[in-house]
Amino acid sequence: MPDAHDLLFRTLADPTRRALFERLCREGEQTVAALTAQAGVSQPAVSKHLGVLKQAGLVRDRHEGRLTHYSAQLSALAPLIDWTSQMTGFWQSRFDHLEDLLKRMDQ
Amino acid sequence: MSDASKTRSVIVEREISFPPEKIWRALTQPHLIEEWLMKNDFKPAPDHKFRFTADWGGVDCRVLTVEPNRTLSYTWGAMSLESVVTWTLTPTSTGTHLRMEHAGFGPDMQQAYMGAKHGWQRFIAKLETVVEKEP
Repeated sequence: MPDAHDLLFRTLADPTRRALFERLCREGEQTVAALTAQAGVSQPAVSKHLGVLKQAGLVRDRHEGRLTHYSAQLSALAPLIDWTSQMTGFWQSRFDHLEDLLKRMDQ
Repeated sequence: MSDASKTRSVIVEREISFPPEKIWRALTQPHLIEEWLMKNDFKPAPDHKFRFTADWGGVDCRVLTVEPNRTLSYTWGAMSLESVVTWTLTPTSTGTHLRMEHAGFGPDMQQAYMGAKHGWQRFIAKLETVVEKEP
């Protein structure tokens, strides 16, 4: 799913956005105000980042009165942590190394 | 649910222009294995327990099958989950057909430990650690 990868990478490439997402992963559901207090950027900026994370499916929002709570949606990371594709890449690169070694080895 | 949906394998195959005997040495001699795979205390003896080590951690293994110049298999244990790596060497007119099958991944074996030195994967692993602590 290259498109899903692209979207996730682009979304998480921004350090502020990544920090917000990591915090939601670590600490669970948070309000925008609570996130802003530690984000080092303004509340509108935090809201904008949260909107981008939401579009990528990485967070979910829940409205309660006037407050909006955000939580991380870790299932959205599934395309990035496919073990099988990682191992395929691992072994292919090891085959390259093995071939290099064989060329250097004595008969 | 069928077994096929529970476990998956990775297969890498390549035509190599060297005879099986030479490849066998690279697959079974610790100082040579280290050059293309990882540091290790491998011995080509069934039931021998050994470990691959790298800067990101290690893999605990046990030799299963040793048929010189033909087949080598060992368990590959990481994250307390075990899979099996099997090497098959088939002579060809130009060298060897080398096949590696890494089989038995469960769906819960998604930990991205293998590439932990890469920033993205480290980030993901960190997230997974967080997830594991979740109730």
